Order: sequence, then C-alpha cells, then structure tokens
Amino acid sequence: MKWLAITSFNILLLAIALSARAELVIEITQGADNPTAIAVVPFAVQGSGSGIEDIAGVVQSDLHRSGQFAPVDRRDMLGLPSTKKDIFYRDWRAIETEYLLIGRVSVTDRMRIDYELYDVVRQKAVYTGAEEGPVNEARMLAHRVSDRVYESLTGIRGAFATRLLYVAVTRVPGGKDYFRLTLADSDGARPIVLLESREPVLAPAWSPDGKEIAYVSFESSRPAIYRQNLQSGAREQLTNFRGLNGAPAWSPDGKSMAMVLSKDGSPDIYLMDLASKQLQRITRHYAIDTEPTWMPDGKSLLFTSDRGGRPQIYRYDVASAQTTRLTYEGAYNARARVAQDGRNVVMVHQQNGRFHIALLDLVSDRLQILTSTELDESPSIAPNGSMLLYATKFQGRGILAAVSVDGGVKFRLPARDGDVREPAWSPYMGR
Amino acid sequence: MKQFPVAGKAITLLFTAAFLVACSGSDTKESEEAAAAAAAAAAAAAEAEQAAASAANTEIMRMQEAVSAAGNVFYFEYDSSTLTSQALQALDAHAALLKSNERTVRLEGHTDERGTREYNMALGERRANAVRDYMAGSGVANYRIETVSYGEEQAIAYGSGESNWAQNRRVELK
Repeated sequence: MKWLAITSFNILLLAIALSARAELVIEITQGADNPTAIAVVPFAVQGSGSGIEDIAGVVQSDLHRSGQFAPVDRRDMLGLPSTKKDIFYRDWRAIETEYLLIGRVSVTDRMRIDYELYDVVRQKAVYTGAEEGPVNEARMLAHRVSDRVYESLTGIRGAFATRLLYVAVTRVPGGKDYFRLTLADSDGARPIVLLESREPVLAPAWSPDGKEIAYVSFESSRPAIYRQNLQSGAREQLTNFRGLNGAPAWSPDGKSMAMVLSKDGSPDIYLMDLASKQLQRITRHYAIDTEPTWMPDGKSLLFTSDRGGRPQIYRYDVASAQTTRLTYEGAYNARARVAQDGRNVVMVHQQNGRFHIALLDLVSDRLQILTSTELDESPSIAPNGSMLLYATKFQGRGILAAVSVDGGVKFRLPARDGDVREPAWSPYMGR
Repeated sequence: MKQFPVAGKAITLLFTAAFLVACSGSDTKESEEAAAAAAAAAAAAAEAEQAAASAANTEIMRMQEAVSAAGNVFYFEYDSSTLTSQALQALDAHAALLKSNERTVRLEGHTDERGTREYNMALGERRANAVRDYMAGSGVANYRIETVSYGEEQAIAYGSGESNWAQNRRVELK
C-alpha cells in the first residue's frame, strides 16, 4: 500500500509508513483492582525467523494495556516452554501465575502462529488457536492472538486487532500549523499518514466495514467533507456547500452519511445518500444542531443541540421524525458516541467549568463521569465497548488517553512530538 | 475609487472648453475673449473639482486611518457571539470604508479550545455571521461578505487559561 498523489500545493495525499516505531507512547496510569496474572512466554521461532516481531511481546503489551491483566515479567520466568511437554506447573504456581500462554511462530513466505492458553491451577488447556497471514502483518496476527486470549478469559470479544485514526498537529507559532491525518494499529504502532495539510483536518470517521474513512479538510480554504478508500487511496469530495460542512457519520448500513451543513441558514443535520448524493434535511431549527452519531441499529441518531439554551444531547427517531431530549444533568453535554450494545453513551460533560468524559447508561439513566482531567473531548468507544479513547491536554500538549467504561483502567498515549487529537477507533476488521 | 470619476469630469470640462474655442466665430477679439473666459471657467471648474477630489481623498484617507486604528480582529466573550461595543465601533469604521469601494471581504470565525470541536465550529460561524449581519445592516452588500468558521482549529495563543482563550475567541476580517 504505497501510493502518493499531489493534489494541490496545500495538501499531500499519501500512505507511507513513517517507520515501524509508533508515534504514540503508551503510559499506563491505572489498572483494574484484581488483574489476572498471566505469563506470556516468548514464542519459539521456527524457520527463517530472524528479525521478526516479538509476537509474545505484542500480546503481553495488549493484555497489560487492557488493565485487566498483570503480565509476568520475563525475568521472573523459571522456564520458557513452547510446547505442552515443557510446562512445569509448579514453576508457574510458585510465582502466582494464573494463566500461561505459550506458542510457536513459523515463518516461510507467510507467518503462522500456533498457541495454547493454559489454566495453571487446573493444569489444562483453555484455548488452542492458530493465526496465519503475510509476514509484514505480524503485529496484526499478534493482536489476533491477544483478541482470542482476551475473549477466552473475559468472555468479551477482544478489540486489539483494530486500528485508530487520529489527527497529529505540529504547531508553527506565528505561521500555519501542519495537520496530519494518521492511521495506526490500536496500540499506536505502524502509523501511516493519510493526508498532510497546512489547513485544518478534522472529524475523522470510519465506514462500518472499516474499509473507508471520512473527514473534513479545509484544503480549499473552506471546509469540505471527503471520503477516502484505505486500500486504493481513492478519494471523493462529498460536499462543498456554503457555510459549515462537518461532522460526517456513516450510517450502520454504510449507505448514507449524516453530516452538518449550514447552507440553509443555521447548522442542521442532513443525511446524504452516498449512491445518489441526495440530501435529506432532518433537523430544522435556528439553534446549533451538530455532532450527529448513529445508534447501532440505525433507527435513530443522537446529536448535540443548543435549542434549549445550552448544548445537550437529543435523539432523532428516523421512522417517526420525532426529536426528544436525552440529557438533563449538567449545563453542557455534547458529541455523543454510542457503544455497539446500544446502551452506553459517552459524551463530553461539563462540571464546574471543566470538561470531562461521561457515560450515560440508557437503561438505568445513570450518568457517570469517567475522567478527571479538564479539557477532555472527542470520545471514541472500542468496538467491543470495553474502553474508550479520548483527547485531552497533558503538560500543555494535546494527547490521547483511554479509560475503561467502568472508569477503573486508564492509560495515556502522548505523541513523541507535537499534539494528537480526535481519535476514532475502528470497527472490527474482517478476518 | 471616487477620485477617478471626479478626474474624468474635469477632463470632460476641459474638452468642452477647447471645443468652444475651436468653434468660435471670425471675430478674433470676440473669440479670443470667449476663449479666455472659457479657459478661465474651465480652470476654475477644474480647480473646484480638484478641491473636491482632494477632499474625497482626504476623507478616504481618514477612513483608512480609522480602519487601521480599529484593527481587523474583533473579540468575543466566552460562548458568546454578541458583538462588544469595541467591536461595533471597529465595524463602523470598516463599513464606512467598504461603502466607498467595491472590495469583498472574508470573515473568519474562531473560538477558544473549550468545548467540543464541531460545536465550536458552529459557534465560530455564529460569530462570523454576527459580524456579517452588522456590516450588512450598515450598508455593505451581503454578496461582498464571505464567512468561514475555523472553530478552535487555528489558535493564536496555544496555551490554556483566560489570557490565551480571550485572544482566540475572535473574528478576523481579511
């Protein structure tokens, strides 16, 4: 996937891996109360395996980052088994290991990973699996191993083999900043710059199949919505209306896109049929209506409106065209995102002048504040609903941060340089 | 560009005077007198026009000075698109000058970093529209004014805190 096209002097459309090194650095700040002790033993490598990824290392970091696992330090391991017959359970019980993951990597023109997960107490295998793919997708194969292990032990589907979009910004004081729309693995590794511009780029969003993205770019000196295919790089400008062109949100069936346009006066929510490009205006109010997002069933949308005087979240039912107010707690609730279960809604919530990420449970109607920093924004939920990424400020810089939906696990992802913001967590990628 | 039509009129007058001279009768003395009178009248008219032109120029220069003094950036209170009295004064100066020419202007609305990006995009537009509406009310035709909101994407001051935020809540006239 190496393509490059110069479309104007202002922007550069590209898909070049910066380096294998991540732009984002992960700093775990808070884990779960009783994390499961798991030993991820370095996998044995068969074949021409020199210089390949440390598969077990990737899996160990994934499990650690989830906050629900306490991986055993490699230096504490009394042996490095890679097959069942080499396992001495008493060695693992001695260092209070609950689960043991061992595996073997064979490399030909492709890579194959065979792995087994053992319950140390019961002394039996709880999961046996294999992953296979191109050698240059080694990290993605490792994330798939993590997904399987995570699911076996928590009952929740893993979301490690997913990707992130974010906007990285290099400040140029007194001049024009550099904006880079970036795609990376869920752990921040393998960053690829998709678009570089001296004009603002914002609001990245995923298509439901994870094959396309949409975003807003000011490259024409006005905002416009674009869609871009991640495989081919093909790009299409969807809007170029007078006024706002913002907040694209793909419908769950992939056929239409909700967006904000102010061409008819004030900012309202519109639906664009992506095949015909026909527009349907779905809100009609002199107030600000913005930040549409879909409920997973596609039957309704949530959006932000200040029609009541202050920004609050409203719900628009597609069939009845009825709008109802969803949030009442606090003077500022905006930019909702809904978990795939259709129950947990995360949003930006203001309390005592500070902006936090809050979670509203639509069943219990309870609002819980998940973060304690003060300029938190742009929440994006993992496809398995376990964690969410958001943007915040730390030591004067824009960084990404993550928190579990119960607030118990937290980690930060600052960039090595510059600011990062607007994370968008991908849906599950096809296997 | 008022000085051009004024100069044009003066030239027209001079041509008329020359035409009168060329078309005068055979009586040399009479024609000379007439020519002298016409020339004097033309000169006087030209002088008057010049004086008017220079007065107009002076007026434009005065308006340009007022605009420079007022600046091209108008600031706002938090989460507000209400024009401050200072902004209104500044906009009066801009509107007066714009009415004397045919320039088009671009109004760029900006917000501080607090609140969500897309909501701020809408708030920045509200600010730019507030400026546009005031200028339109002051007689500047709507079609000459373009508005674009950048929300919080183009901060002047990068830091947090009111002193930085206040510099970022603005509309820039370009």
